Amino acid sequence: MSGASKHLATAHSVVEPGPWAKRIAGTLVVLYALITMIPLFWIVTTSIKTPPDSISYPPKIFNFTPSIEGYCNLFTTRSRQTQEYIESLGPATSRCDQIARDRSMVVVGESNYWPRFVNSIIIAFGSTFLAVFLGTLAAYGFSRFRVPLKDDLLFFILSTRMMPPIAVAIPIYLMYRELGLSDTALGMILLYTAINVSLAVWLLKGFIDEIPREYEEAALIDGYTRMQAFFRVVLPQATTGIAATAIFCLIFAWNEYAFAVLLTSGTAQTAPPFIPTIIGEGGMDWPAVGAGTTIFLVPILVFTILLRKQLLRGITFGAVRK
Amino acid sequence: MADVSLKAVSKSFGTNAAVKSVSLDIKDGEFIVLLGPTGAGKTTTLRLIAGLERADSGDILIDGERVNEAGPSERDVAFVFQAYSLYPHLSVYENLAFPLRSPARKMAQADIDARVRAVAKMVRIDHKLENKSTKLSGGEMQRVAIGRALVRDPAIFLMDEPLSSLDAKLRGDLRLELKRIQSDLGATLLYVTHDQIEAMTMADRIGILADGTLVQMGTPREIYERPANIHVAQRLGQPHINLLPMDVLPVQSAPSAAASIGARTEHLQIEAADAAEGNGCIDWIEHLGDQKHLHLIAGGRKLVALADPFSPLQPGDPVKLTLKSPIYFDASGNRIAS
Repeated sequence: MSGASKHLATAHSVVEPGPWAKRIAGTLVVLYALITMIPLFWIVTTSIKTPPDSISYPPKIFNFTPSIEGYCNLFTTRSRQTQEYIESLGPATSRCDQIARDRSMVVVGESNYWPRFVNSIIIAFGSTFLAVFLGTLAAYGFSRFRVPLKDDLLFFILSTRMMPPIAVAIPIYLMYRELGLSDTALGMILLYTAINVSLAVWLLKGFIDEIPREYEEAALIDGYTRMQAFFRVVLPQATTGIAATAIFCLIFAWNEYAFAVLLTSGTAQTAPPFIPTIIGEGGMDWPAVGAGTTIFLVPILVFTILLRKQLLRGITFGAVRK
Repeated sequence: MADVSLKAVSKSFGTNAAVKSVSLDIKDGEFIVLLGPTGAGKTTTLRLIAGLERADSGDILIDGERVNEAGPSERDVAFVFQAYSLYPHLSVYENLAFPLRSPARKMAQADIDARVRAVAKMVRIDHKLENKSTKLSGGEMQRVAIGRALVRDPAIFLMDEPLSSLDAKLRGDLRLELKRIQSDLGATLLYVTHDQIEAMTMADRIGILADGTLVQMGTPREIYERPANIHVAQRLGQPHINLLPMDVLPVQSAPSAAASIGARTEHLQIEAADAAEGNGCIDWIEHLGDQKHLHLIAGGRKLVALADPFSPLQPGDPVKLTLKSPIYFDASGNRIAS
């Protein structure tokens, strides 16, 4: 009897992997995570190296002295001056000023990084909001109402994703020039929304299909209009889908490079095309590029961490019914 | 509460006629049960009254007013769904308060609170008001669902198999409670089920639906004793009514038009007999604890009847079967009035 109960205590379900399988799977996951972390590690360490360390050969992986020079160079513009001129100035006003002077330069102003970063935030979050908002309404319509040619329309929406967006770069470039949307935040928001909305409609339709109609019908009978039922009953239950969709849309808009290079150059330029243009004396200023990239990663990281539960459930949606 | 009437209401989905010219009068304070198999049009009838479906033809009247074009929120009905009845993102309290918080009703917070607490007590869920609605057992969920209908004072309560997803014991308990609440409130209630026990025990009147048609309407006793036709006779009674051709068992004074006989267990007199005078034998016996189901064979036909649990009859025993005023059906299956 005691033997049997001991056996029962250690027994596990046949669908649960054994301890060895779990160990192997765990090792593989950790290895994969480490491999994907290498570029990230390289970017972050580059951002805290000095320019000579960043291009030294053999590369310095751990044996370098950390420096904030990359961050100083990212946020400032400097000009080379004679030693006499530098000595004629008063004492350095900041760490960055001191670092510049050590390299026979003086800080002459702020760089364009911060405005570009703000552009990125406005454009990426703006287009994500629009894409998710329109996508939710469209998905609800497709999910709940009898729409003529519904399947064809859905396929048409999906077909906009079937070619690389950049394939339509030239028509869009010409169109934007005619409409005066080139190099405007509005233009970029509209473009990213247009690209993302098809993904949003399809993803969200899947989520909304899963919400039983009875909830809305109950709300209708309880004295609510369809719009009120949508906001009070459907939306709260679609939050997982909305969060997952928002992350996908945001990551796309945040990282988009090709259209940003093509359509923006000044006032509406986003960070991705700006960062590689940071050139120091005698070539690329790699620590500044690393610093720009590191800071650029932060918002998406925070957003993803905040919504990671929804993201996980979002990726596996439909697989498990709660 | 109010009278509700359907006048020759029909509804089709594509080529499939779900409800065919159904007329039904529900009086104020009445408990009506619509009984029928899956696909008989029971749920569609409820949804037509609630305004979740539009009738193709016919009129729906609530309190004497034609409501065919009115939306669900304008009809003043309460609906209990078979499943998915609670809003999963809200607590029990909020679920109960939801209908009262409707912008159309504009009820004061204090009134809402008082009403919610009173109803929660009525459906015995007041100890779980702060729970999330998804953290309840099946029986508790259905109590809340019923409570959410009860917080309002609608023209009619519509219930679509509210107990069908529960286990037998809970179903029995809630059946009694529902009947108690209904009679306490004097509520008008239209209840849909395929469970004949629910229909028999709760209804003031039962409507039998088959293939979208209302076949018969009457008190449970009327429907049980004087079914309109074979279909209705088969819906009620446990064990099922035995349908026999005229020549299987001896009958006295059968109507001339009779084409078949319906014999419920109380229409069969079973006596132990020796092989010579017996006209049937016992095939096997099901022991249900408080009773026995006798499976009999007579004239090559199988019959089922009830016997008391202490009956000495054994499988293989010959028996003498006599019919006592059974139900006669004519050639088209309609009952011949006696």
